Amino acid sequence: MLEIRNLVKRFGPFTAVDDVSFKVGKGEVLGFLGPNGAGKSTTMKMIAGFIAPTSGSVQVLGDDVAEAPLKTKAAIGYLPEGAPTYPDMTPLSFLNFVADARGLSGAERKRGIDAVVEHVNIGHVLNQSIDTLSKGYKRRVGLAQAILHDPPVLILDEPTDGLDPNQKHEVRELIRRMAAGKAIVISTHILEEVEAICTRAIIIAQGKILAEGQPADGGWRIGDHFAEPGRLDAVFRTITGGPAKEAA
Amino acid sequence: MSGTSAVFKREFQGYFSTPVAYVFICIFLFCTGIFTFYVGNFFVRGQADLKAFFSFHPWLYLFLIPAISMRLWAEERKSGTIELLMSLPVSLAGVVLGKFLAAWIFAGVALACTFPMWITVAYLGDPDHGIIIAGYVGSFLMAGGYLAIGSCISAVTKNQVIAFVLSVVVCFLFTVSGAPMVLDFFSAWAPQVLVEAIASFSFLRHFNAIVEGVIDLRDVVFFASLIALWLFANAIVIEMKKAG
Repeated sequence: MLEIRNLVKRFGPFTAVDDVSFKVGKGEVLGFLGPNGAGKSTTMKMIAGFIAPTSGSVQVLGDDVAEAPLKTKAAIGYLPEGAPTYPDMTPLSFLNFVADARGLSGAERKRGIDAVVEHVNIGHVLNQSIDTLSKGYKRRVGLAQAILHDPPVLILDEPTDGLDPNQKHEVRELIRRMAAGKAIVISTHILEEVEAICTRAIIIAQGKILAEGQPADGGWRIGDHFAEPGRLDAVFRTITGGPAKEAA
Repeated sequence: MSGTSAVFKREFQGYFSTPVAYVFICIFLFCTGIFTFYVGNFFVRGQADLKAFFSFHPWLYLFLIPAISMRLWAEERKSGTIELLMSLPVSLAGVVLGKFLAAWIFAGVALACTFPMWITVAYLGDPDHGIIIAGYVGSFLMAGGYLAIGSCISAVTKNQVIAFVLSVVVCFLFTVSGAPMVLDFFSAWAPQVLVEAIASFSFLRHFNAIVEGVIDLRDVVFFASLIALWLFANAIVIEMKKAG
């Protein structure tokens, strides 16, 4: 459903994303792992159509993001890094705005908003200004915006960043529930998250894909490495060049 | 289209969901009042028209319009919501237009709130209502011109203060380019064609022409094309900025 081919993004002399290719199919949750500044967010911005790649292509449901941006944007739900929302608005007016902009109307719109409000559990703060909400609620409102139109492709940039353990658990449950009919990409640097919800993972550093992995034999197989359950961080450090000893 | 109207609606309601709208309208009304009655000597002139009222609009707009426009894009860029906005299936042109129209209609609302001025002059004398309508049309068009400049400049920076100051400067240039002090400076050495060209960019010249009561197509076209041009530049700036 989502196919990325030889994606390159340069900012001046700096190459943020260097020849990245991958595919995500229906029902897959791809974990996008990497140290800060690895190019995760930049790749996601290119998928969402916010910035244009220097070269390479992104295809969503067979449409090219560069050629039919409105069509691909309609098919994508995107949670930008930090889950930005408009602080002056209430969650309800914010969701109404997104529904309007996405062309949802009438019963479809009401159903969509009711469903996400229930999904992310923000019913009791709907008429409070977003400004006054806690970080966890703000994040949920951002997430609600991304899944409002029930998109086939979901791009979530650090969806659980800054949440407390309970909230993390809730968001992961939500992602797991939605996973069946969708292609989902989530970026994270929390490795337990990958084990908890991902069906596949890609490790990226300095813009390049270093390894790909999936669950195998009760643990995770990433590239040539095998990680026991809960020991993904050691493999991560080996691959991305950090001190592996500490973790072992 | 639904995207543009969604953006318009959100922006427009945004003015009224914060104190911005009320503060702006109050200050605007207060200033127009002061200028008309004290500086413009509305009563001393003893004429039943609103010239004293309209003649200060360019100078009021010079400071008040950038105050509306400064947040249009700078705020979105600073808070990162621009990324959200651009991931919605709405064209860039649609977003630029939606934001601009919301600000413009808001300025129109503030302008419409000056209607007691019209009532006053109609009560005191027998003004030419056609000329007053022309004045309002001209003032609204000019507000659009200032707003388009401000919107474009707001996209250049994440900092609203910088957006405000730069907008005032650019708006000032467009305002005074027809004033005698500027034209005298150029006419001493520059060819007449250049002087004419500079003067023709002046908001003052086109606005004053309309306020005289003649809505000349050329003046309308001037403001319309100026708005179109700055909004086009606005879209280009956003396209460039988000890439870098």
